[in-house]
Amino acid sequence: MAYPSERKPTPLWEPNIVRRAVIDAFAKLDPRVQARNPVMFVVEVTAAAVTGILAQNFLSARAAPLGFELQIALWLWFTVVFANFAEAMAEGRGKAQADNLRKTRTETQATLLRDGHEISVPATSLRRNDVVIVRAGDIIPGDGEVVEGVAAVNEAAVTGESAPVIRESGGDRSAVTGGTIVISDWIKVKITANPGETFLDRMISLVEGAQRQKTPNEIALSILLAGLTIIFMLVCVSLYPFGLYAHTPLSLPVEVSLLVCLIPTTIGGLLSAIGIAGMDRLVQHNVLAMSGRAVEAAGDVDTLLLDKTGTITLGNRMATEFIALPGIAPQELADAAQLASLADETPEGRSIVVLSKNQYNLRGRELAQKDAEFIPFSAQTRMSGVNINGRRIRKGATDMVTRFVVEAGGTVPPELTAIVERIARTGGTPLMVADGGRALGVIHLKDVIKEGIKERFARLRAMGLKTVMITGDNPLTAAAIASESGVDDFRAEATPETKLRLIREEQAEGKLVAMIGDGTNDAPALAQADVGIAMNAGTQAAREAGNMIDLDSNPTKIMEVVEIGKQLLITRGALTTFSIANDVAKYFAIIPAMFVLGYPELQALNIMHLATPQSAILSAVIFNALIIVALIPLALRGVAYRPLGAAAILTRNLLIYGLGGVIVPFIGIKLIDLAVTALHLV
Amino acid sequence: MRNLKTAVMMTIVLTILTGLVYPLVIAGIAQALFPLQANGSLIERNGQVVGSSLIGQDFSGPAYFHSRPSAAGDKGYDASASGGSNLGPTNKTLIEAVKSRLKDVLEENPGITASQVPIDIVTSSGSGLDPEISLAAAQIQIARVARARGLSEDRVRDLVEQATRGRWGGILGEPGVNVLQLNIALDNIAPIPQKSGVKTANAAGS
Amino acid sequence: MLSNAILQVGLFIGLVTVISVPLGLYMARVFADQGTFLDPVLKPVERAVYRLCGVDPEVEMEWPQYAIAMLLFSLVGMLALYGFERLQQLLPLNPQHLGPLAPDLAFNTAASFTTNTNWQAYAGETTMSYLTQMMGLAYHNFVSAATGIAVAIAVIRGFVRRTSRTIGNFWVDLTRAILWVLMPLCVVLALLLVWQGVPQNFNPYVHAKTLEGGIQVIAEGPVASQEIIKELGTNGGGFFNANSAHPYENPTPLTDLIELVAIFAIGAALTHTFGRMAGDWRQGAALYVVMTILFLAGASTAIWAEQHGNPNFTKMGISQTATATQSGGNMEGKEVRFGIVDSALWATVTTDTSCGAVNSMHDSYTPLGGFIPLLNMQIGEIIFGGVGSGLFGMLVMAVLSVFIAGLMVGRTPEYLGKKIEAREMKLAMLYVLIFPAVILLPAGIAIVTKAGLAGITNPGPHGFSQVLYAFSEAGANNGSAFAGLNANTPFYNWTLASSMLLGRFMMMIPALAMAGSLAGKKAVPPSAGTFPTNGSAFVILLIGVILIVAALTFFPADALGPIVEHFAMLNGKLY
Repeated sequence: MAYPSERKPTPLWEPNIVRRAVIDAFAKLDPRVQARNPVMFVVEVTAAAVTGILAQNFLSARAAPLGFELQIALWLWFTVVFANFAEAMAEGRGKAQADNLRKTRTETQATLLRDGHEISVPATSLRRNDVVIVRAGDIIPGDGEVVEGVAAVNEAAVTGESAPVIRESGGDRSAVTGGTIVISDWIKVKITANPGETFLDRMISLVEGAQRQKTPNEIALSILLAGLTIIFMLVCVSLYPFGLYAHTPLSLPVEVSLLVCLIPTTIGGLLSAIGIAGMDRLVQHNVLAMSGRAVEAAGDVDTLLLDKTGTITLGNRMATEFIALPGIAPQELADAAQLASLADETPEGRSIVVLSKNQYNLRGRELAQKDAEFIPFSAQTRMSGVNINGRRIRKGATDMVTRFVVEAGGTVPPELTAIVERIARTGGTPLMVADGGRALGVIHLKDVIKEGIKERFARLRAMGLKTVMITGDNPLTAAAIASESGVDDFRAEATPETKLRLIREEQAEGKLVAMIGDGTNDAPALAQADVGIAMNAGTQAAREAGNMIDLDSNPTKIMEVVEIGKQLLITRGALTTFSIANDVAKYFAIIPAMFVLGYPELQALNIMHLATPQSAILSAVIFNALIIVALIPLALRGVAYRPLGAAAILTRNLLIYGLGGVIVPFIGIKLIDLAVTALHLV
Repeated sequence: MRNLKTAVMMTIVLTILTGLVYPLVIAGIAQALFPLQANGSLIERNGQVVGSSLIGQDFSGPAYFHSRPSAAGDKGYDASASGGSNLGPTNKTLIEAVKSRLKDVLEENPGITASQVPIDIVTSSGSGLDPEISLAAAQIQIARVARARGLSEDRVRDLVEQATRGRWGGILGEPGVNVLQLNIALDNIAPIPQKSGVKTANAAGS
Repeated sequence: MLSNAILQVGLFIGLVTVISVPLGLYMARVFADQGTFLDPVLKPVERAVYRLCGVDPEVEMEWPQYAIAMLLFSLVGMLALYGFERLQQLLPLNPQHLGPLAPDLAFNTAASFTTNTNWQAYAGETTMSYLTQMMGLAYHNFVSAATGIAVAIAVIRGFVRRTSRTIGNFWVDLTRAILWVLMPLCVVLALLLVWQGVPQNFNPYVHAKTLEGGIQVIAEGPVASQEIIKELGTNGGGFFNANSAHPYENPTPLTDLIELVAIFAIGAALTHTFGRMAGDWRQGAALYVVMTILFLAGASTAIWAEQHGNPNFTKMGISQTATATQSGGNMEGKEVRFGIVDSALWATVTTDTSCGAVNSMHDSYTPLGGFIPLLNMQIGEIIFGGVGSGLFGMLVMAVLSVFIAGLMVGRTPEYLGKKIEAREMKLAMLYVLIFPAVILLPAGIAIVTKAGLAGITNPGPHGFSQVLYAFSEAGANNGSAFAGLNANTPFYNWTLASSMLLGRFMMMIPALAMAGSLAGKKAVPPSAGTFPTNGSAFVILLIGVILIVAALTFFPADALGPIVEHFAMLNGKLY
């Protein structure tokens, strides 16, 4: 089961995974598998060709420099195997995640309701629209929607969060995920996905890399790599006649060595591993993606739409201050406010009780003993309160409570307006308190910004992302919160349609938009957004409209998703640059060696002072193969990402992977040459 | 089809515009404003065109300053077949040719050492019609020409200086000595003595 | 010596900079029809041209229509030139009574001038009548340049327009390029050249009686009008065989400077046109800086190598050191008035662009000095480049650079806000692929076949350089030469013509297709997260990608030509 401790990244060289990957690496030598990757396919074909010639020479007992050619052939095969190994490692790590995800479901029994009867069936046989009943202690057999009942559900299996959540029919908390456990009461669940089509299933196949489709960027990159491969084939083909003019007929193994060293085998071999590992990292963050395309799009996001509540603020307004009108003791105001809130179970009500306790040491009193009548909040009156001992205490919207005071024969002092305006200006909500005809004062309710959110927005800004806060608050309140939280822009008095409209506006400017949503009325916007992350606790409609699901239902998760998307693209770019830059050194190793017979003058280019022509060529081929293995950790973990501006990231990565890519192989090939010579391999 | 018709018409219209109107207009203005240059900067002596101040000529006699070796035409300085030797820097033919030219220069100009011989006088120009030689190339010939014409070396040196063109604006290009103009100047002040053996030149003069 | 070299190169590139900015902004106005000071004179001419040719200037074209119009126009022009060459004996203005060209030579020349290559397998003064020179060759000097400018403008439109299906009207762009850009500059500069001594006449060849009594036949002709368009349009086809080394084409260091600036002017200006049309002058300036840096690197290497001279001559004791009285250096194939600096500078400039005019013979350069022109062509003529083709070539390289390294900023690569996706990559790779294909493969055939080997006139690695150079210039549409190669044979005429045609049109079509594809896209407004393509990191990246792509493609071949010859020369080895 996937508990938080297991959601940590699998150790890189987990022995089980490595063992399986080694076997897979050889199984993947199947040309039908290789044909999907043009670069490695070329390597395999040339490896086969060299092997063929070798065999022919061996059979005809021709005295060829067998040792050298044999080693070239072997290392060509190793090159393919290493690339396969990288892919198999990524798949293996993905499978380990997938197995955890999958384990939940296999032996689950479901209680199917059919024509009023309960039938026990295996979970795997459930179809869409089947209705099952799940009682306390049962595992929910599949993704679905609660159609009846309320229950506490432990979703630790998919989220790693052990605190139970409430799932009930109707509303925004009706969706349940297969594999989670009902721990109290019962619910009837309508199954919404056929077997094999659930989110989990899709994610499993994505992290396993089994039916992985190439993402748009991968396709474009593959075209680049295929193009480079063709160019280098042209180079090597034309080099043969050039060699003849230089009185140096080139042998196939030597030509092939040059070709394989030049074509971008490093990135070609690691490309699919990078993609799979990216999905894997997403799962580690408890996000399930519908497709690799969505992850890539996350890296491109220009605008983030964020709900104020729950993302930027803690979700509830809190009382922070009692402001008494002239002639009223603050103590009295606090006391009345506390009384009016004792029965108020909303977070705001509770915060008033707590504040009066903390500031004036007023202890909460039991209402029951005092023969009190609780007046609940209603949309018409827009106030609540309590009738107790003949007192009629009210708190609520200023205009409504003012009217209440006037009706009770009292007057409202002019100072009230100033107090209310001051609070509103700072983004707070004024809550007026009155006792019958006496206006007592105002409670200042305030949105509390989440800790660290300002830094996160700064980080996003550095990455070039624009954040837009969506809130139903009035513009004044919204502006105050926006400035306090550091969000770039906001839309106040927003309706669900506002989100959709905003997304369309941004998209019309060519921008990519990401948003997080949970409610049914978020579904259109989630569908419209380029990256729509539905919260796992949200409605089924929302989950179907989005292209990712956040199992933790954590609205700030969107930022991690964006970073993972970016990291994925950066890793690809870095290894492509590195791979191409590597070629420079390989030329310096191979070209002088190739033409040592016809043009000994070219030894001047042997700036690495490689021992012999044969050791030079062999060293380059070995380096080319080993660098794939050496870069597997980087491909699987991803390039370190820092939230900097694009110009800074570019400069940094160009230095590391561009310049580094030119220099590293000079050192590497020289070291290998020393080893090859010391071991008398050629 | 419409495109094809347009393409043909465009070709005709633009051919007339760029291939006929434009060069004729330029020629008209050029002939009016710069008749000498427009007609090839030709130099006439006694009504006979002896060459162009821009086009180099071959000189072999000791009384004339020699031009650079030329690869234009079969005999060099063929102004209807311009071109260079196109020999590469590691080509034996080139190295041998330079070696033998150096030998000739040293023989023709006694007292001159190889280190005084500038590179241009032993290498052929790109056009094969280079009208100029470097100052150094002129200087090593002064003694020979002075002797052949019975002039003082200083007198010849003055003439060389008069025929010298500096860098344009003091910056552009390299200084050079126009060989044809220098030799005409020489002929004007000191015709070649009979014994110099340049019979053809005398024949032309008579 | 060194200070003079710096002064001359600095003066040159300074002049280019000063001229290219206003010229570039002027061109942006011309092609957006925003009105210029020449309108009162040229508008009536323009209207007349459209009326005669049935062009509706208001109708814009999608990229395939644009490409078809361009191809048809090029085809008709090529056939016309072929006709002039084959029938010149029957036509007027042929005072030397020159006969018709052989079919293979006529085809090669027609392809060569149509593609802005202007490779000359013939010697102008012994082959072409004045009429063929003017109406056949000079015409193409204008229209092949104008076609390049038109395509570049169309490609720029594709890059900067948003959700547009069309990229302009070829006929309009063509006409405007000739009337507003090329023609006015040519008229002014041609007269400057005449003033300095470039002939402009229709006289028969002059028979001069030399001082030593020989007869010198001096070729004449309408040289100035053709000379200036050949530089301005980066054509490079000389009136005479010796091209701009010929004293009639390039009589003084001043004409040399004028012609050099003319070669770079439009290519440099187009970067600013691009910046203006993209609405961000820094976008254009970044390309300009890339080009300038690559130019300076090439020029200084070439000047250094040529000034260093040939050690084989040093051994004989000849002075190759620059002094007040001689230029020194490797003077074989160079003119005294240009010396080393102006010659090596010209060799760099003419191959940075697709000009190919020469004022010295590249075949006789030192191996490294000759390597620079070769490498410049293999880079793809994008250092200012052929007029128009240089800019769109550079844009393709920019797209490629943005794609390779742009990923490293963590976004799908984008250029000018346009996402670079699979389709753009396909077209960019096609563009990049065609190039080695039309150079390396035919060079490989030439170097092992009898017909190919027959043309080689320098033995050893230099002979290979000659062949490699020929196909490089053909593929790159340059037209300069390691001129020793006997290329006027059916084998070379046909193969080189094929390389020229493929190297021109198979690269123009992908560029136009890419423009069409990009034109249809929305543009993402730049943010701190977008790849900045107007800063120094991009400049360095673009230079790196350009050099690495060229080096990776051509290093093995170059190693067997100029590079090995360089080491051989140092070792005193002769062939």
